[in-house]
Amino acid sequence: MAQKMTLNVNGHRQTISVDDPDMPLLYALRDDLGLNNPRFGCGLGQCGACTVHVDGVPTRSCSLPVSAVGNSKITTLHGLGNRQKPHPLQAAWIEEQVNQCGYCINGWMMEGAALLKRNPKPTEAQVREAFSDLICRCGTHNAAVRAVLRAAKQA
Amino acid sequence: MGTLDLSRRTFLSSTGAFIVGLASPDVWAQAAKPSPLSPNNPKLSADQLDAYLSIDKNGKVDVFYGAIDGGQGLETSIAQMVAEELDVPLSSVRMIMGDTRQTLNMGGASGAQGVSRRGTSLMKAAALARQILVEEAAKKLRVAPADLVVQAGVISLRNNPAKRITYAQIIGGKSFQTNVRWNGQWGNPHDIATDAPLKNYKDYKIIGQSPKRPDLAKKVFGEQDFPGDVRLPGMLHARMVRPAVAGAVPVSVDEQSIRHIAGAKIVHIKDFLAVVAPKEWDAVRALRALKVTWSQSEPNFPTHKEVHAHIRKAKVTQRTIERENGKLEEGLAKATRVISGEYEYPTHSHASMGPGCAVADVRADGATIYTSTQKPHYAADGIADLLNIPRDSVHVIWMFGTGSYGRNDQGDATADAAVLSKALGKPVRVQWMREESLGWDPKGTASVNFCQAGIDEKGDVIAYELISRGFSRENLATNEGRASGTLAGQLLGAKLEPKNTFNIPFASYTFAHNRVGWETVGPLMDRASPLRSTHLRDPYGPPILFGSECFMDEIAAAVNMDPVDFRLRYLTHPRDKEAVRIAAEKAGWQKRVSPRRDLDTSSDIVEGRGIAYRRHFDTFIALVAEVRVHRKTGVVEPTHLICAHDVGLIINPETLRHVIERQLVYGTGRTTVEELTWDRNMVTSLDWNSYPVLHMPHVPPRITVHLIERPEAAPSGAAEMALGLVPAGMGNAVFDATGVRLRKIPFTPDYVKAALAV
Repeated sequence: MAQKMTLNVNGHRQTISVDDPDMPLLYALRDDLGLNNPRFGCGLGQCGACTVHVDGVPTRSCSLPVSAVGNSKITTLHGLGNRQKPHPLQAAWIEEQVNQCGYCINGWMMEGAALLKRNPKPTEAQVREAFSDLICRCGTHNAAVRAVLRAAKQA
Repeated sequence: MGTLDLSRRTFLSSTGAFIVGLASPDVWAQAAKPSPLSPNNPKLSADQLDAYLSIDKNGKVDVFYGAIDGGQGLETSIAQMVAEELDVPLSSVRMIMGDTRQTLNMGGASGAQGVSRRGTSLMKAAALARQILVEEAAKKLRVAPADLVVQAGVISLRNNPAKRITYAQIIGGKSFQTNVRWNGQWGNPHDIATDAPLKNYKDYKIIGQSPKRPDLAKKVFGEQDFPGDVRLPGMLHARMVRPAVAGAVPVSVDEQSIRHIAGAKIVHIKDFLAVVAPKEWDAVRALRALKVTWSQSEPNFPTHKEVHAHIRKAKVTQRTIERENGKLEEGLAKATRVISGEYEYPTHSHASMGPGCAVADVRADGATIYTSTQKPHYAADGIADLLNIPRDSVHVIWMFGTGSYGRNDQGDATADAAVLSKALGKPVRVQWMREESLGWDPKGTASVNFCQAGIDEKGDVIAYELISRGFSRENLATNEGRASGTLAGQLLGAKLEPKNTFNIPFASYTFAHNRVGWETVGPLMDRASPLRSTHLRDPYGPPILFGSECFMDEIAAAVNMDPVDFRLRYLTHPRDKEAVRIAAEKAGWQKRVSPRRDLDTSSDIVEGRGIAYRRHFDTFIALVAEVRVHRKTGVVEPTHLICAHDVGLIINPETLRHVIERQLVYGTGRTTVEELTWDRNMVTSLDWNSYPVLHMPHVPPRITVHLIERPEAAPSGAAEMALGLVPAGMGNAVFDATGVRLRKIPFTPDYVKAALAV
């Protein structure tokens, strides 16, 4: 019953064995590939904690069947940048000390990075709009807006 | 700060028997002496300096912090406090947090006391270590200690810096073997005393700076592991199986129903039911496929809409008057006018971003537990109780995780994992689902505030009463230190240990006849209740302050006073008054009697401002909320929150600002949108639509935090105190804008529209 699937994650192609084609991508990333981002927050596509980029588009991996991914390029927060070569938003995020617990961070940073790609100089209202469907229980909303505006300014 | 601050200790002592030992440090020595050996690891002794810090051969300092950082920056702030007293660079300090083998039980996250209690304890340990090292250096260098100076872990002769010796050379890798005076308490009241003097605040170099948090970069680069990221060889994934009707228990389970899922198994012990599988998604599939016959249960709950009526008429199980002066009835009788007001606060879920998740590996020789519960030592105690194994055989490894903000579902998930791992003989990772986290986490109680005031013919307030009534805040203990305090324990038949507690915030309003107290009513379901009530972030704050601080404005309006002037007249503590005065000043407060009378009454959009004040421990806060009310839609928009905040000594100003800003956002959510709903049978707000939380469009876009500098005062707490002011601040602002008094939380458009229509 199991079928092989090859996923392109953070620039690496990896093959996994899938029993249920309806399994959400989130479980493939976490359980099969051992990636600790993204995270399970609701499994309903309501919070954003599981967000990855699928061909550059922020996508809630808890609600996307793994069989629908195909050859798309998946990027996780870990693939956005690293300490040696941080994404401008990662640098700004640290500068603004945005998070508290950080459980929600995937949604905010992946949405923020996608916004900056399509609109490198967003207004504050545009940033707020881009973040309108995300949850953070620590209340870091305004700090996240500041981080995007900082990254845009420094770009 | 160098000596015992008796006033503060007396104030904090309401939590325990510690009060009897307050007269002087010597009393501690005379009191009956409990064993100083940690029940979680008898190799650690609370009366030994080595239990608090160590210095290795490279001069690196390990600080053993027997609590946790819930994501609010305590790792850095506590390290700053220790580095300051020890005179070492901050970069050489490593915080060991919440590990039950390496740290003592200092209480976990509780009451925002990380800095005020545990941090100051560790500062005393650091000062003693520094003193010992300087004395050792003096012997080795054959000089007087007074001739030595310390900088960055290097001790040198004041007038000859070449003559020097490092901390590492003296103690590196060795133990201090030095006694400290432990107060005989574990948990929150844990404290130590030493004879080593503490620095004067004027000499601080590291305290008062704003170094960045190391955990944040890890989170930003996706490097920070949480308990859910722990993968052990042979580990099974588990999902708990919960009933659709509260109180129902599994009667029979159809094993065939999950037979098609590879490796899936059922664990059914008494009323405890779970499914496990080697692959995580298979555990989810098994949860969905499993057929269970549940017992008949008819909880017949009063619904969330009826709960306040229930609280009003239910039998009071305990009544406690916290503060009383004069004779209230006489005051009311003398008054020419008596006004009264009632305020309702809803039930809230912790609604953590991440549902409960933990990994347990229980073996014959002991248990290893990975969890982000905010009270790891109690988790170890509770698991020992639950599994009937020795306390020191349980090793709880605390990890950063989802913000818990009270006793959320982490402790319950941790207990679930331990039960399952013991039953299966394998490591088990339990992940609660979203509906489970909202449905079955311990809850913050609904309550009703009853307020009245008597005003004499001169317009003076001569009598005041505040009684807050609700479900006990400890129907479920505030930690999972006993089997009975966990859902797993309750499902496995542990004897229940409910307590009636409630509490009321302190305030320095002074009236001739005054009575402030609380009443509890019995729980809606005794055992394994989805509505079991316990501590939710700022337990005594928003539910009570919504009533008490809105009612202060009602009295102010009744006596034709500006709300700020009213507070300045009746508050008596100078730090209270200063916070109120500064918040008003920073907000550009225009004096007037609310509601404002200068508005175009035909306008759909009206604006107003309100103030609220509180004291919590030695933190003094005032908040001005500016709101815009849309009369047609009932939408209340907070446009600007201005907070004046006096926490005493500030350890890390940037972190402090962040903590205040973020909790005001969180507090806005608990004011405007959050409410747990349930029907006769079960919680019905089981996702982020039905349990709405604050989203960006409703976040106050401007938040101004003014930190009041008071470095001479002992540091108090900051992690939850300001949020409690949001409900009253906004409620008072709506009254100012519209003349309508909102009497229940949340301020949903439907409710506000209905209130405005009356």
